[in-house]
Amino acid sequence: MSDPILRLEGVHTDIAQYHILQGVDLEVPRGAVTMLLGRNGVGKTTTLRTAIGHWGTRAGRILFDGEDVTATKTADRARMGIGYVPEDMGIFSDLTVEENMTLAAVSGPLVPARRDWIFGAFPPLRTFWKSPAGTLSGGQKQMLSIARAMAEERRLYLIDEPTKGLAPAIVSTMAGALRELKTQGASILLVEQNFAVAKALGDHAAVMDDGRIVWTGPMSELATDAGLQERLMGLSMEAT
Amino acid sequence: MLMTLISGDRPRSRVLTLILLAIFLGLLFAPFLFPGVRSLETAARISVFILLAASYDLLLGYTGVVSFAHTMFFGMGAYGVGLASQQMGRGFGALIVGSLAGAALAAAFAFVIALFSLRVRAIFFAMITLAVASAVAVLVSQLSQITGGEDGFTFQIPRALGPANRMGVFMGVSITGKILNYYLIFFMSLALFLLLLRIVNSPFGRVLQAIRENDFRAEAIGYRVVRYRTVATCISAAVAAMAGSLFALWLRYVGPDTTLSFEIMLDLLLIVVIGGMGTMWGAAIGATLMVLAQTYLQDLMGSAAEATEALPLLSRLLDPDRWLLWLGVLFILSVYFFPTGIVGRLRGGH
Amino acid sequence: MTDAPDHRPTMAGITIVDRMAQAMPVLLVPILLVLGFLAIGNPSSWLTLTVSGLAMGMMIFIMASGLTLVFGLMDVINFGHGAFISVGAFVGISVVLGLSQWAQAPSLVLNLCVVLLAVLAAMVVTGLLGWAFERVIVKPVYGAHLKQILVTVGGLIVIEQLIHVIWGPDEIFFARPETLKGAVTFWGAALEKYRLLAVAIGLVLFIAMRMVFRRTKIGLIVRAGVENGEMVEALGYRLRLVFVGVFIAGSALAGLGGVMWGLYQEVITAGMGEEMMILVFIVVIIGGLGSVEGAFIGALMVGLLQNYIAFLEPKLALISNIGLMTAILMWRPQGMKPVVKAK
Repeated sequence: MSDPILRLEGVHTDIAQYHILQGVDLEVPRGAVTMLLGRNGVGKTTTLRTAIGHWGTRAGRILFDGEDVTATKTADRARMGIGYVPEDMGIFSDLTVEENMTLAAVSGPLVPARRDWIFGAFPPLRTFWKSPAGTLSGGQKQMLSIARAMAEERRLYLIDEPTKGLAPAIVSTMAGALRELKTQGASILLVEQNFAVAKALGDHAAVMDDGRIVWTGPMSELATDAGLQERLMGLSMEAT
Repeated sequence: MLMTLISGDRPRSRVLTLILLAIFLGLLFAPFLFPGVRSLETAARISVFILLAASYDLLLGYTGVVSFAHTMFFGMGAYGVGLASQQMGRGFGALIVGSLAGAALAAAFAFVIALFSLRVRAIFFAMITLAVASAVAVLVSQLSQITGGEDGFTFQIPRALGPANRMGVFMGVSITGKILNYYLIFFMSLALFLLLLRIVNSPFGRVLQAIRENDFRAEAIGYRVVRYRTVATCISAAVAAMAGSLFALWLRYVGPDTTLSFEIMLDLLLIVVIGGMGTMWGAAIGATLMVLAQTYLQDLMGSAAEATEALPLLSRLLDPDRWLLWLGVLFILSVYFFPTGIVGRLRGGH
Repeated sequence: MTDAPDHRPTMAGITIVDRMAQAMPVLLVPILLVLGFLAIGNPSSWLTLTVSGLAMGMMIFIMASGLTLVFGLMDVINFGHGAFISVGAFVGISVVLGLSQWAQAPSLVLNLCVVLLAVLAAMVVTGLLGWAFERVIVKPVYGAHLKQILVTVGGLIVIEQLIHVIWGPDEIFFARPETLKGAVTFWGAALEKYRLLAVAIGLVLFIAMRMVFRRTKIGLIVRAGVENGEMVEALGYRLRLVFVGVFIAGSALAGLGGVMWGLYQEVITAGMGEEMMILVFIVVIIGGLGSVEGAFIGALMVGLLQNYIAFLEPKLALISNIGLMTAILMWRPQGMKPVVKAK
């Protein structure tokens, strides 16, 4: 595989006095879905937040599309083409769905075709277009959060647990939308606790433990090897 | 013995120890070392302001809460003594009743303010105390039948503490009731200062500091953050009121300018920041420096302003009335560059 | 899928009681107007007091809006905000005094020109001052409330003292421009012309601000930033630039408020900003820190209540604001419209 869209080289991140990332080496290939897996508290969310720039690094480099962005500000990384969906969804509840989407289109007005494509993936957003985002249900908020990342063409999507706490019906909608994104050739780094979803979507997998990447390989290999799963992720991962 | 008195809170620096010793001895022997009305005046003021600053530091430095109502509490004690002496006639009974009533009122006010503001966010406290203190200051100047309004009022203190009470000559100094009064103020201030020192070095004081460092963690460990902060606020207010009582006793006068003014509030902030937040010793050094500077440096500015009369702008900048300008600049610079104050510097840390 | 319970918007679950609670802050001003009317009894006195209360409220709102937004966006509490009020007043009134021929001419056009120039000068100077203040005083202490309070208080003192150095130690008395003196009679009530102008300016400004917040992208960024600044950055907007812009605009508005307040009182002092800050803080607290609409409602309530009480029971007027603040905080400890903060 040619040069990756995102590469973390020996990244260390501290949060207050805690040393969370302890030398993360990670490559996210282009045009594929890379699953970031591991138990709770091993540093998956911190890895994503470091990649977008919410946390500064103490050591190591971050390369986005070959360019060193370690010292680049969050806003500039976003404008370079990184779409980010945080674990808490980060929707602006005081703003309407429409206003949320308007903000998400950084480089100009939201393109109507793009909007309709998003409506296709997430029909409730059309229904509640003019409603305050704070009045949406949990699943709809999650749709909005992902839709915002999709408001413009991005070179990379960082998505943190999009199915967390959702009803099964919504999980399948979410998975469908991500698959749609994938068929368009997007590069995605996805944190996911739902192993069924991970197995269905993932091309590659990287498993974290204790602030490091401990295993990388094709998702299919991980999915079929129960022993490996057990060893890498313990019991917190619901097996198939 | 000494360590018990100071609750084991050593100055932890030789220079600091020497300075503190000099302040202590200077105040202890002030009537004999520096005879004269003005120097005794200065010494009494230093004693009171050390106590006042220490009580403020309990809040600002140890608890991490900014209050703008400290002069209000100070004033409650002062007016308490003044009004009691006026109503009950001169006497020690009036002094005791007045100062206790002032302290109780201050603690009650502090409790109510804390209840409303600390529950929500600590910064509410700064804003609400500012609003309440200014409302009280306006109220005091409006209720002139009781408080004497802007002019304040003088009152009589026990004869034993007056200058007419001559008790003979000691070491070449004529001992009057005024000197007795000085010692009453000095030893009361000292006792209350040592009490504050005891409080901040108790387990309670350590919890306060833990809260100041990280209130979320303190809450998580199981400390009732709001309760601790509220108690600290009440203690601080009551001690401030006591300091106010002593100050009124010394001046035999109460009025908004000597007790309630925003300027005193700023002086206090400056004293605590420059002396060193979070150490009682810092309050002592800061207060001494501040009072000395106020008494003697302003004269110096006056002469500098006259000397530079040829340069109008410079002369205006050096006008003694612009004293606050330089304090303000000094204040900003010390917050940025000496956040640990003089004590922090002398301890050579951080 | 669409009828899965999770999909129903929670909006549908809001009961009438909840709706009432939400609308309550907005209803408070009309309720206060009616109560005032009932207590005062005399329609023309009531009208006079109401206009004067609204004028006062509008001016306080203009001063408070910047402060509350600055807090909402970056969690910065600026105790030096009052300095901009004073500086604005001194710059503006200097212009009025400098153009005294225009100001004294019995021509509404010339008079309004003077006021406009005074406002412009004041806003430009306080805007620049705000920019400098942000860089020198505030920026080094982001995220540390204790230091913020201390340093901004220091800044307030220094600026106030510099006013003394530049304009002299005394208060300045002056007369309002000619055609803005006096009152018009309406329904038997004497309404001061200047107060009517102040109400008009305040209303226009409030509506303009609402438009900016609802219709423009920068307004959306500010609103979103108040709720979740981190996410605004992750979408690609530099929050710090937005913040500096808001800080400058807020300082300029404080300057505008200062000129208007100076023209209202016909006297200015270096300490006026500090005095106004007390009311500004009360308004910001009862409105809910970070909420512009809350500050607007709070300012109108403070202005109205103070004027009604001053008429009904003059002695209580001084503490009416503290009483109002206490009542509101007992009802809503966070203020009327606290901003929803993510995390």
